[in-house]
Amino acid sequence: MCLGVPGQIEELLNELPLERSGIVSFGGIRREVNLAYVPDAEVGDYVIVHVGFAISKLHEQEAQRVFLELERLASNGNPAEEEG
Amino acid sequence: MRYIDEYRQKQSIRQLAGEIQRTATKPWRIMEICGGQTHAIMKYGLQQLLPESLELIHGPGCPVCVTSLETMDLAISLASRKDVIFCSFGDMLRVPGSSQDLLAVKAAGGDIRTLYSPLHALDVAEQNPDREVVLFAIGFETTAPAHALTACLARERGLANFSILVSHFLVPPAIEAICASPKSRIQAFLAAGHVCSITGYDNYHELSRSHCVPIVVTGFEPLDILDGILACVRQLEQGEHRVENRYARAVKAEGNPQARARLEEVFEISAQTWRGVGPIPFSGLTLRPAFSALDARKRFSIESRPESDNSGCLSGAIMQGLKKPHDCPHFGKRCRPEHPLGAPMVSSEGACAAYYRYRKRSTADEY
Ligand code: SF4
Repeated sequence: MCLGVPGQIEELLNELPLERSGIVSFGGIRREVNLAYVPDAEVGDYVIVHVGFAISKLHEQEAQRVFLELERLASNGNPAEEEG
Repeated sequence: MRYIDEYRQKQSIRQLAGEIQRTATKPWRIMEICGGQTHAIMKYGLQQLLPESLELIHGPGCPVCVTSLETMDLAISLASRKDVIFCSFGDMLRVPGSSQDLLAVKAAGGDIRTLYSPLHALDVAEQNPDREVVLFAIGFETTAPAHALTACLARERGLANFSILVSHFLVPPAIEAICASPKSRIQAFLAAGHVCSITGYDNYHELSRSHCVPIVVTGFEPLDILDGILACVRQLEQGEHRVENRYARAVKAEGNPQARARLEEVFEISAQTWRGVGPIPFSGLTLRPAFSALDARKRFSIESRPESDNSGCLSGAIMQGLKKPHDCPHFGKRCRPEHPLGAPMVSSEGACAAYYRYRKRSTADEY
């Protein structure tokens, strides 16, 4: 039950502060989500959704960090392990 | 799906696992707090990719598993009342109470509704003005803001037939209790990313300092978990201990200010009993006096009789990282997901259920 799943805001439905809500798409599956806790999230933004509430907006630049680190490791001569 | 698929790629996973192999020179024991991470570790066979001497120990972070027997018995007695519609997350229905579970109550005609969002319980209350609607509000800091907002809306809408049975747990006091236990074997922690996206991680600095443990805020995808483990191993190898955020795409140091303010408005910190573990001071939430009209415990003034758990379930030792599921004599025998003896076999985030589900996996090549 504790799952938090990333999805993209497709549409805003309600702008009342407590009831701010929108349609969020999870790879095509669309659900109504409460957006009161991400007041600055707009259509197109990705959010983490937990029990029907967006709890956090995803930060694209931070999302790249681990991949930059992997590139750096690879260029230092530590590429992916061989399969098998 | 974006923000999921790229963190599940086999090549990246192997590359990071290789870096952990190269970095770890000594045996280390790391606890992942959250049951969602335990589930991912089993699902993706991550332990098998790590050095043999690096042990992952599964923590108490499954709210289904830690909800106390006393609270389960309360839930069962409320759900059994003819005048009550009982709203719950589906996972709670199979958690054993002292003598039965909520599923048995439902089978016997109890009106139990399983919800995706707690807000739906408000609709149920509006549609059934002649019935009492009780929301079973379980969870950690991740879920508490959802329940806090639900409470505010119930008050705003003046719903007189709505109340909440609160069973909320706070993670840092549990980490503190684990660290303070003389039996603790844990040398570093992966802190649960989604808990931190609400609370931030300022409150972890003191814990890390006073118990000399690295605490790394970690996400839930296989690559995230390995990245958190790598950060722990690097600190351990260097003899360092500090708080590090490796889930910055979803977590800020200060957490979510709107959610924190709402929590502060609705809840106050209280003692809490963790199933199998026992009472931990300041580790729970109760409704503030301003919201006590919504408190199901007060509205129904039910006497709770603390029962002891005679099932033989080792959940306490498992959740403190002292035992593994296959140390339990009932694992996979008397206790299976179809008929769980203990809560960790119920939820997919429970360590026993995760071990059972993925027990045949011997390598990480199968996903
Ligand atoms: S296998 Fe079942 S009885 Fe044993 S510890 Fe796990 S939940 Fe409890």
